Amino acid sequence: MIDDRPHVLLPNYDVVVAGGGPAGLGAAVAAREAGAERVLVVDREAEAGGILLQCIHSGFGLHHLGEELTGPEYAQRILENALDDGVDVLTNAYLLDIDNDQNLKLLSADHGVAILDTEATVLAMGARERTRAAIRIPGRRPAGIFTAGAAQRLVNLNGVLPGRRVVILGSGDIGLIMARRLTLEGVEVAGVFELMPHANGLSRNIVQCLHDFDIPLHLSTTVVEIHGRDRIDKVTVAPVDAQMKPVLDKAWDVPCDTLLVSVGLIPENELSRELRLRLDPVTSGPIVSSTMETSRDGVFACGNVVHIHDLVDFVSAEAELAGGHAGRFALGARPPHDNVRLQPGKNVAYCVPHTVTTDQPHTVYMRVRKPLEKSMLRLRDAEGDIVHERRLRYVVPAEMVTLKLRPGVLDGFQGDALQVEVVPR
Amino acid sequence: MSEPMQDVVVVGAGIVGAAIAHELSRNELAVTLLDREAEAGFGTSKANSGIIHGGHHTDTDTLKGRLEWVGNQLWDPLCDELGFGFARVGELTVALTEADLPALDHLIENAEEKDIGGVEVWSRDRICAAEPQVTRGVIAGVFSPHTAVVNPYEAVFGLVEAAVANNVRLRTLSPVTDLHHDGDTWTVTTPSATFATRFVVNAAGLGAAAIAHMAGVDGFEIRGRKGEEYLLDKRLRHLVRRVIYPCPTPLSKGTLVIPTYDGTIMVGPTAEEVDDPDDVTTTTAGESTAFAGARRLVPSLSERDVIAQFAGTRATIRGDDFLIGPTEAPGFVNVAGIQSPGLTAAPAIARYVADLLRHGGLEMPPKPLLNMIERPVHFASLTTEQQRTLADTDERYRRIVCRCEFVTEGEVGDAIERGATTVDGLKFRTRAGMGRCQGGFCATRCIELLSADLGIEMSEVTKRGPGSWLVLDRPDDEVMIEPEAP
Repeated sequence: MIDDRPHVLLPNYDVVVAGGGPAGLGAAVAAREAGAERVLVVDREAEAGGILLQCIHSGFGLHHLGEELTGPEYAQRILENALDDGVDVLTNAYLLDIDNDQNLKLLSADHGVAILDTEATVLAMGARERTRAAIRIPGRRPAGIFTAGAAQRLVNLNGVLPGRRVVILGSGDIGLIMARRLTLEGVEVAGVFELMPHANGLSRNIVQCLHDFDIPLHLSTTVVEIHGRDRIDKVTVAPVDAQMKPVLDKAWDVPCDTLLVSVGLIPENELSRELRLRLDPVTSGPIVSSTMETSRDGVFACGNVVHIHDLVDFVSAEAELAGGHAGRFALGARPPHDNVRLQPGKNVAYCVPHTVTTDQPHTVYMRVRKPLEKSMLRLRDAEGDIVHERRLRYVVPAEMVTLKLRPGVLDGFQGDALQVEVVPR
Repeated sequence: MSEPMQDVVVVGAGIVGAAIAHELSRNELAVTLLDREAEAGFGTSKANSGIIHGGHHTDTDTLKGRLEWVGNQLWDPLCDELGFGFARVGELTVALTEADLPALDHLIENAEEKDIGGVEVWSRDRICAAEPQVTRGVIAGVFSPHTAVVNPYEAVFGLVEAAVANNVRLRTLSPVTDLHHDGDTWTVTTPSATFATRFVVNAAGLGAAAIAHMAGVDGFEIRGRKGEEYLLDKRLRHLVRRVIYPCPTPLSKGTLVIPTYDGTIMVGPTAEEVDDPDDVTTTTAGESTAFAGARRLVPSLSERDVIAQFAGTRATIRGDDFLIGPTEAPGFVNVAGIQSPGLTAAPAIARYVADLLRHGGLEMPPKPLLNMIERPVHFASLTTEQQRTLADTDERYRRIVCRCEFVTEGEVGDAIERGATTVDGLKFRTRAGMGRCQGGFCATRCIELLSADLGIEMSEVTKRGPGSWLVLDRPDDEVMIEPEAP
């Protein structure tokens, strides 16, 4: 543990970053490198690093760093970068309030209640897990129902086990990772149940976490009732029909003492709502420009608070962009205005950023709605004419599609909006 | 273990038993309060709509009709004394069709008969202006300023804590297994102790008929009527400002839309007769009923905003009135069938029962001086200056445990000092884990703090008492790495 917390808080900062996970730390480093002098990261946990600290498995950094690290190793790298670069990392601290003039109210274990202001802000609060209540599973409310991430924390950080026989609802990555982790701990994993007809985690996790351990994955099946007075003692599961309605006469009971819920993440945008930022109803995150600036000048955002990423590597890339622009904003630079809106078209749920310029290179992230074997990514103008297209291989909703818009690709494009579609070839 | 002679043993530490114990604690009496659960209020009292009804929904010819309005008026001084979440937000009962209008007239008649002022008919325009989210299809409504929302579990904890501060003995995890009467003395048996007492007050809620049966008192049966409730994200705070009621049916007041004290919106309750009084399941059918009913009142409500769902069971008896009074067993007093508006009436029930005991021969010299409890702190609702002062004096108030509800470690520690022994006990006292992430982030921290403050292992911490364990210790690592032979 690095104990290098700032001993004094300044009354004003160039850039304040909300959240000390990979997004926040990465943005802070980029802000410093862009020339911002006073950069503060505020994190609520005792140690910065975010959820990476409980992700003790490997697989992080392959794209961004060219090597394979565990979550804590990856976190350590960026934390060291931040501290070496002179970023103030304030842990055990909570951003209570932020107003339109970017005055901030903090509660810090070291400094008590503090009021300060900043030239630019980067929102990097990450995401929270959807719960049993969010998907409204009927039944009782016994002990033994955990989100997959909460169970991961218990096992990896507290050194205790959530139970002896576990059912996992949802095939999101955290659930898959936990299926393997618990099996290695001697816990019986009775099965993974997925409402959708396809898995929701990365293909590599399906193989490495389920297949390699003979853990059954039941697609188009869901938990329809939770049983048990004090502690959960079984769940009823049922297949679902094409309309996702459970077929109850085909239901069966699965005895278990634990239910892990891994049914997706929701960006934590409470501060964004306080700032009245424009939000994208699909991502539940702020609408951002090509510089990761939100609808409010000087407020930037990156990482899972904007949209849910499947790899930390992409978070780091986004953080560099957001932090660099926040740093330059603090020094007085104003980003050029984007001139093209990206609109999700056929089989595209959303695109981030929401706008781009025609004269700069951009990386656009998107998610498809349905899996396709062989597909084509197309950008169309208002008349429906194809402006740019690219062949894609197998696409699934669980894996983000990345489009690199190199300079020149949009040369000559005169419109103000592009439809983005991913369709069969 | 045998305990000293008691004047009164109250069976059941729900809102009714807690209010009775609190009322009796004002006098020089030896009182014991028993509950079968790990903490007070863990039965029906924690799982209801949290409404202090206005008094005009019940008729005057019933006991509950008389106690409701009296109870309503007793909540403000209780709140001042104990500091639980309580706000007189008012209510609107809305008529959606011509057929609903006689029900509105009836509410006005009830109010006049009980001399409840301020209850008035509102026009469609006035309703639409005051509550823009209420359906445009509303044709008229009745407004009452007297209706309040309350955090019922906080009220129970406050009542019990104040009672205990004034010498009431609280025994949790103490289900009554036998009741025996001999001469002037009752012997109350629990698995861990027996109590000799002159009077027994049966406030056992869903268990009241079973307790009465042990005392040799039969003649009534408790039927469970389940109500499901759905809590919606705080983002919708002020969606409605008053409690919105439909026009009532004979079985229930219908599905309400409730702006809770904490800023969530609650949709419910349903009303379903259940065979098993312990049935507190939520169901797909219940959810549909609740939302269908609520959307008739406020069309914009959506299941997508649900952050928590729960069910509680009303303890009803035939005729649906309260059953309060002495019985053929001398010294055994029933307080049974306390369903809606039982929460509202509870403080009035407590006084009513104290009077019954007095008439039954119990002398009650008032205490010259009462011990007051310190009202619990809710850091998030303090001003910045108050927060700064508190954080400067006690560093536990500088650390956030629950990020959704802004609950500090100081509040959690304070709740444990006041008697919380379980994760649910912490949640109901502090709101830690009650917000949108439902404990995803803070449950672990709560388990750690309970473990540290109570001096027990994390694996001994429970959600709500025996059987509801949360985590297991890892089996001892028995893997030995043999040093390689040289």
